[in-house]
Order: sequence, then C-alpha cells, then structure tokens
Amino acid sequence: MTRPAPIVTDDTAVFWDAAAAGRLVAQRCADCGRFRHPPRPMCPECHSLAVEVVDLSGRGTVYSYEILHHPQHPAFEYPLLVVLVDLDEGIRLVSNLTDCATDDVRIGMPVEVHFVPVGEDATTIPVFRPAAGNAGGGA
Amino acid sequence: MTAIVGIGATEFSRQAGRTELQLACESITAALAECGLTTADVNGLVSYTVDPVEETELVRSVGFQEINWSSRVPYGGGGSMGVLSHAAGAIKSGIADVVVAYRAIRARSGATRFGGAKTSPSPTSNHAGTTAMQWAMPFGVLTPASWMGLNSVRYMHEYGVTSEDIGRAVVQVRKYAEVNPAAWGYQRPMSLEDHQNSRWIVEPCIHLYDCCQETDGSVALVITSAERARDLPQRPVHVGAAAAAGLFEQEIASDFYRPDLSIMDGSVALAARLFEGSGYSRDDIDAAMIYDAFSPILLMQLEALGFCGLGEAKDFIADGNLALDGALPTNTNGGLIGEGYIHGLNLVSEAVRQLRGTAVNQVAGAETILCTASRTGAILTTDV
Repeated sequence: MTRPAPIVTDDTAVFWDAAAAGRLVAQRCADCGRFRHPPRPMCPECHSLAVEVVDLSGRGTVYSYEILHHPQHPAFEYPLLVVLVDLDEGIRLVSNLTDCATDDVRIGMPVEVHFVPVGEDATTIPVFRPAAGNAGGGA
Repeated sequence: MTAIVGIGATEFSRQAGRTELQLACESITAALAECGLTTADVNGLVSYTVDPVEETELVRSVGFQEINWSSRVPYGGGGSMGVLSHAAGAIKSGIADVVVAYRAIRARSGATRFGGAKTSPSPTSNHAGTTAMQWAMPFGVLTPASWMGLNSVRYMHEYGVTSEDIGRAVVQVRKYAEVNPAAWGYQRPMSLEDHQNSRWIVEPCIHLYDCCQETDGSVALVITSAERARDLPQRPVHVGAAAAAGLFEQEIASDFYRPDLSIMDGSVALAARLFEGSGYSRDDIDAAMIYDAFSPILLMQLEALGFCGLGEAKDFIADGNLALDGALPTNTNGGLIGEGYIHGLNLVSEAVRQLRGTAVNQVAGAETILCTASRTGAILTTDV
C-alpha cells in the first residue's frame, strides 16, 4: 500500500506538481519578495497576485519532531519519524525524516531533501534525511 | 449581560447506539426542562461547524416553533467556547432572546473515530480549521495527537518539560474523574506510574493516558438575558466576558506555521481579550475549565493564559495548584481526558455546576470561572 496522495487543488498544484518532478519549490511574491507556504493566491503582506515559483535549496534544520506509534496506517513503517523543517529560505514544512534512527533525531539538526514515491500514479513528495556530514548527529 | 440558565446532557459512553440527532434532542430537551422553558421560548441555535446535526432536522424533531437566528462556530474544539460569545452577542443585539447551544458527537462509535487514521481529508475540511492537514497527511500525520505532537515536543524542548511533568496534570484530572459518576474515569484510579507505563501514541509527548476519551454523547446549554434569567428556577450563571482570538497562520491543533510553537499565542491573545477591559483579573478566577484534548496543551494554556510564567506550568502543577485546595482548581469534572470528550462543551456544563454549587468536586465558594479552548473562551460568574 502506498502513502496517501497529496490533495492537489488549483491553489496547491504549484507545490505538488513540482514535487512530482523531484523539485522543491515555494511561492514568492513577485512584488515584495515574501516567501509563503502553504501556497495561496494572494500575498498576505502586500496583497499582490503576482507570484513567482522559486526552486529551494532543500536544506534546513529540524524545528520540531515526533515519533508516531499509534494508530498505524499500512502505508507507513512504525515508529514513524515526523519533522517540522525550517528551510534556509524561511519556510516551514511538515515532512518525514528518513535514514535516521528515532533515537538520533534532534531539534536543530541539519537536514536535506530527497523524494519518495506516493499514490497510485507514481508521483513523489519531499522528505528529509540528515545533511551530508551530519548523519545521525545534530546540534 | 447574558446568562446560562439551563444545562442538559446525555450519558457519556463509547457506544451510544443512536444518532447524533437523537443525542442532541435528548440533551436539549433536558436542558429546557431544568430551566422551565419550552420550545416556544427558544428562537436561537448555535453549534459547531463540524457538528453533524442538521438544523432543519433538529427543529423538526424537538418542535421549535420559530428560529430567528442560528450560527455555527468554526475551528473544531478550539472554537467550542465560541458558542458562548455567539449566543451572548445575538442576545445582546436583540436578534435572539433564548439560544440553545449544543454539540452532539459519536467520537468513538461513529463512522470516523476521532483518533483513527484519516487519509481522505477534504481540502476545505468543513470549516474545521484543519485545511492545512492536507500538507501533513502524505507524511503519515493523520490524527489529532500527531497534529499536536509537533507543538508539544517543541514546547518540551524549549522548557525542559518531561512526560512525567505532563503526567502530573493527568493524575490530577483523573483524580477528579474517579469520583464523578458521569465520567469515563469513574472509579478508575490512575497513578503517575500507570501513566508512564501506558503505551506511546506520539513519543516523547503523548502516552495513551494523555489523550482525551473519544466519547459518544451530547451537551446542551440554554442562554438568555440576565433579566429573564432572574425569573427562572436555576441560579443564573452569567457570561461575564466571552471572546475569541484567531491569529495569522493559526490552525486548530497544529499551528505548524506560527513562528514559535512552544507557546499557544492564540490563547495569549484570547486572555488579553477576556481580561483587559472586562473588569475581571486572573485573581478573580476561582477555577478553570481548560480544553484538554491532549494533556500537553493543558500546560501550555495555563502559561499562555497567564496563570504562571512560560515554562512554569510543570512546577505550578507539581505544587498542587490544580487540586481543589490549590490556586486554580482545574477541570474538576475530570476534563476531556477523565470525563469524556463532548468536544469541549462538557467543560462549560461543569463550570455551570460549580457556580450553582452542585459539582461533584465542588470548589468552595466558587463565584467566577474561566472556560477556555485554545482560541475561544469565556468568564462565567455568579457575581454581577
């Protein structure tokens, strides 16, 4: 069984379509330059509707984490490591941490993106692993 | 000013064996009966956006004659106390005279268990305040516990809070539940050791016993003007202040995108609305009913509401302040953890019982009680 596929709407397709192509992107206001995530039609800072889609570095740090034990969904392996990642560009994502023992996750540890398959139609979504040189370590 | 003049409830169970519509009918007619009002007196209705009971079916079943105002509060349980500000506003404006607030739920036996793994969320979520869950579900974040866990772990990290610290709050509310015949936790003692030995739901913040009880049942409140309340049989419980505060990027349960997740800043803003200019101060509060869907947010709300400093809830609790002889007796029915989860509304009925002097765990001389659920809240009082 595969992971639950993302819900793709006209407002959110920009993120998931890029992820399906192995790219991590975010919206950035074309007028004031403010990044925003989750995607939305208007810049909450300046109300501009003009938007750029920007490729992100895929690097960040763990802002928070949790280890899920119950209930268990057949698509995932448990205990399941979930993280909030603060990306270098100032955006926060909910994701998973792979290639890391549950005992080794730390708030502040540097991580980098990679992509895993989900859903029926072989799309991919972004997850994270300890950044090169920081495997299993962290701040 | 407005007042709660009647409360009603069904039994709280894990298998009601009847529909939410029927549960709502039962709690509403019980609430009307105890305050001597009839369906002909009621002309306002308020519930939650997520409540499954259709107003038309409710009106048809209970036999309301003419409804002049109705409303629903968004944001799920975080909006639960919002039924009080909605009702009070409608009555004060003159749009409604007698309002019934209700919530009917089959959180345990219904089609979707609250704590079950949800994998097909609607992108609009029925105004539950959980649209951003669509950004979490592909990563296995499928339950309320897993939404709240990320905030809770950051909170624990920031202030050095342990699972045992959180467990002490659970021990206290379960002590209250142990003697409350309406509670799931009635005659079920639980020690800190039991808490620590219960299995992990979300490590390292939420053991099984940190979770509220998924419950079937319904609670209803009858609210009218203070003037009319004086002529009714129950001791009026006045809505001294009622407020809501939803912040930029705030969601329910998950506030993933607020800058500092170690503080429930929606509750900080709520407390400012409730206390500043209302004539009430924290010193006036004799007891508190605080939304405890999961125990970590009980600690976080105590801090955000200003009853102790940031990071100090663990000490406030360890010092016994949530007990009947403490500074702030809290969730004296057992809370949502010990009594049951009627999505927050059973905390309001407990506040009413306290202020009438009829609670099982009665706070001596209680005159003013704070009820809060993250972003919504009210100060209820007999002292006007």
